[in-house]
Amino acid sequence: MNFWATPVGWSLMTVGGVMAVTVGVLVSLAFLLLADRKIWAGVQMRKGPNVVGPFGLMQSFADFLKFVLKEPIIPAGADKIVFIIAPLITYILAFGSWAVIPFAPGWVVSNINVGILYLLGVSSLGVYGVIMGGWASNSKYPFLGALRSAAQMVSYEVSIGLIILTVILLAGSMNLSTIVEHQAGGFWNWNMLGGGGWKNWPLIVVMFPMMVIFFISALAETNRPPFDLSEAESELVAGFQVEYSSTPYLLFMIGEYANIVLMCAMLSVLFMGGWTSPIPLPFLHLPFWLSEVVSFFWMAVKMGFWFFMFAMVKAIVPRYRYDQLMRLGWKVFLPTSLVCVVAVSAWRVFVVGS
Amino acid sequence: MTFSGALSVALPELILSVGILALLVVGAFVGDKGTRPVALGAGLVLVTSAAAACFGPQGAAFNNGFVEDQAAVFAKVVIYLVSAVGLIIAEPWLKRVNGSRFEYPILVLLAALGMGMMVSAGNLISLYIGVELQSLALYVLAAFRRDDPRASEAGLKYFILGALSSGILLYGASLIYGFAGSTRFTDIAAAVQSGAGTGLIFGLVFLICGIAFKVSAAPFHMWTPDVYEGAPTAVVAFLTAGPKLAGMVLFARALANGFPGAVEQWRQVLIAIALISMLWGAFAGLAQTNLKRLWAYSSIANVGYALVGLASGTQEGVQAMLVFMTLYIIDVTGFFACLVALSRDGRPMETFEDMAGLFKERPGVAAAMTIFSLSALGMPPFSGFWGKVYVFKAAAAANLQWLAAIGLLSSVVAAFYYLRLIKTMWFDPTRGTTDASPLDARGVAFVAAAFSFPVVMPALALIDPLSKAAASAFGLN
Amino acid sequence: MDLQAIAFYVLSAVTIGSALMVVTARNPVHSVLFLITTFFTCAGLFVMLGAEFLAMLLVVVYVGAVAVLFLFVVMMLDVDFGSLRSGFARYLPIGGVAAAVLLGEMILVASAVGDRGAAVTTHYGASPYSNTEQIGRVLYTDYIYFFEAAGMVLLVAMIGAIVLTLRHKPGIKRQVIADQTARSASNGMRIITDVKIGQGIDA
Repeated sequence: MNFWATPVGWSLMTVGGVMAVTVGVLVSLAFLLLADRKIWAGVQMRKGPNVVGPFGLMQSFADFLKFVLKEPIIPAGADKIVFIIAPLITYILAFGSWAVIPFAPGWVVSNINVGILYLLGVSSLGVYGVIMGGWASNSKYPFLGALRSAAQMVSYEVSIGLIILTVILLAGSMNLSTIVEHQAGGFWNWNMLGGGGWKNWPLIVVMFPMMVIFFISALAETNRPPFDLSEAESELVAGFQVEYSSTPYLLFMIGEYANIVLMCAMLSVLFMGGWTSPIPLPFLHLPFWLSEVVSFFWMAVKMGFWFFMFAMVKAIVPRYRYDQLMRLGWKVFLPTSLVCVVAVSAWRVFVVGS
Repeated sequence: MTFSGALSVALPELILSVGILALLVVGAFVGDKGTRPVALGAGLVLVTSAAAACFGPQGAAFNNGFVEDQAAVFAKVVIYLVSAVGLIIAEPWLKRVNGSRFEYPILVLLAALGMGMMVSAGNLISLYIGVELQSLALYVLAAFRRDDPRASEAGLKYFILGALSSGILLYGASLIYGFAGSTRFTDIAAAVQSGAGTGLIFGLVFLICGIAFKVSAAPFHMWTPDVYEGAPTAVVAFLTAGPKLAGMVLFARALANGFPGAVEQWRQVLIAIALISMLWGAFAGLAQTNLKRLWAYSSIANVGYALVGLASGTQEGVQAMLVFMTLYIIDVTGFFACLVALSRDGRPMETFEDMAGLFKERPGVAAAMTIFSLSALGMPPFSGFWGKVYVFKAAAAANLQWLAAIGLLSSVVAAFYYLRLIKTMWFDPTRGTTDASPLDARGVAFVAAAFSFPVVMPALALIDPLSKAAASAFGLN
Repeated sequence: MDLQAIAFYVLSAVTIGSALMVVTARNPVHSVLFLITTFFTCAGLFVMLGAEFLAMLLVVVYVGAVAVLFLFVVMMLDVDFGSLRSGFARYLPIGGVAAAVLLGEMILVASAVGDRGAAVTTHYGASPYSNTEQIGRVLYTDYIYFFEAAGMVLLVAMIGAIVLTLRHKPGIKRQVIADQTARSASNGMRIITDVKIGQGIDA
């Protein structure tokens, strides 16, 4: 019997996969965080962090050490257990969702066939870290920040769900690997262009806006500027994180960035063909391992592109007011994506055929 | 059955649903200015649906989830028409109290849709969804005057107790599903036939309790007086009419189609409920001073009479129930139309004191109210008498003479409060002038009064064969 | 003991334990948090049954949306725990009896189902479809009527909520983005010269 098929072997392999993904994401987060700050600084014509290590490359690690070595302060009136659990939830959920992201053919911890729903479910759980943190702090600003942020995340979840539906309709599957394979063969097959070669190109009027709306909703979902109302520093100091310090704060921070990068991965997988190459290269006849590495490269490039977009938006766009945010979510995005779901279903039924 | 065939069977409900959505869009764009056109449209939709029920195809559709048979048609025509009448009363009333909002007719339509689904339920799921659709719409209607604390209270009470009863109903339904292995009435009937386990009977009792809540039969009636008193009169006129008939037909449908093999068991439960309802409605009504509360107890008693018919467990009994409920609905709609028509200094007249000497003020309305009271009392030749004749005859035929006797006794007790109302109106000194009564409510009252006495005789000649055909659809012997 | 069994016992134990805590926790917010844990572990049990679609829906709908609103309400309303718990001992016997009856019936049902299998008629025994597709196939064919009817129920709930809460207050200034962007220097600005000292200007 194959060792990897036994319970022990299976567990070992899964743990190994989880470790690889977690460590990989953590390390890349360290540099993405730096990239975020560098881009931001660049837009504002500053230099950004440039002291620790060559070009400031070690900055994130220095920050990490600083946070870990400080004393965690728990307010006297806080609900201690919930206060500690909240950042843990944020952190664990942020990394839990990476389990279904395919980085390259077969490079996925758990290739479940309701992958998208799993992502949706886990990201909807992310609200709890924020609410619990805000409530347990037993302080006004954190609580207000938590309420704002929870309402915001729940609202934008709705339009994200509908947008994902359009992709599911096009791919006919909820498995992320299948969705990626559905877009294989060149950029003209990507879902952002209709997801089915030339004959689906009329759908570009639906799918390209869907991608843009998904991107904006992702900004809101991850509480990134211009929708960072939960931590609007001019109003609420730092929102639900006011009372947090040291490692708990670090966990919130890492969780937030892990979610942002996850959104980048989702954008790449759902709309830009995931690991597939934009130009098909069958004539290269790469060996298997190399083709896997090339696939991973494409995935990384696409995620990098989206992360750049996240960073630029943060640098460029001013913050929304709360009523504007809600108006955008409920009165613009929700109806638009609803109409688009109907349009894509109609296309599937009447043009493509079942 | 093809999909289009199934849709054509559900044509009345389809018309209603499409009508609701279209009117909702109209209302959303026009706003509350469009209340009158929306109400007119709603009335039109209701009448069209009634016609579609009359002349459309019959059969079972959607995997037996929806049954359109003679009984469903009979109930639907009555329910849709009486809902339209409810709109005639309510729309001008809303305008008079400056509460004109286009959602009212739409909620009435939704409630009517729920009732239509209830009477055609062929499956525990459609039973529950129908009940829930109807009840949710009624909760909102009861609290429609949201700035009136009594109406809000009524809506809240109705909602909480209704949610409790839905829970009981669902619990019963899940027990039945667990033991029978299916939610379809036909499959449940087969499971009962092949040996009714105690578990199934347990579930059945819960189911009966849940539906009894919805038709306000004692001992599940506690919400009724409070809701009747607090909710606006025009809403009460609606919720005391159609929903009761729908609930009773749902009773007949669930019991006769789902549990034909356990007639003896459900008869016992129904007899108990009918007995308590009749007596409680009669005796507790004696202490009331508010007319709306009084008629709430009256409706509890009348549901008891209707349940006597159903408790006979025979086709004749079901027919008696249908006839009784139809006549009662017309009666009670007329009575509440009178209450809507009456006001003094802009305040609704709802108590015995308000009614003193009404005959000198408004002889027409007072006469109509007298007719309705006599009819509810069961005085021959008014319509209520004929309903009771049907019910007690069916009970006697099913060896329930003692129940019929207790029914008569409770009628005699209830006669006291009806006669007290008549005496107050005719012989007590007047309490000052009343406001001008609006034509619409008065018109409905007069038509209903005319039905209650002379028209009922020829009408019965029409209702009798129709209700007989309807009752035969349940397949009881 | 294989992994499945371990997972089942862990999930069940957590479900039952946190369900108990929902009722016994002193702080209502903790109750809701335990309720969420219960939902979540139930989703885990669904996964073990091979109903991964239902599991994810449970998480997305109940945990992700419904329970968040619960939590909102409980956090915002300052519920007085003392008064809520005062009748606890008094109602315990009645509640206990009711719970025992319900439990007994549930066990009866479960054993009846266990004897016979889940349903009398299984239309879709072994099929090549994943359970998501199976649900879709049944939901949009045999159960389309219930599906649409449930939609109407939700519509009523929505209309009801709007009817009972929406108020149009007169005299509210609303943001009109088109007006804002259409504004230019020529119609949004006035140049004032010659202001007398101590007199101000009439706007």
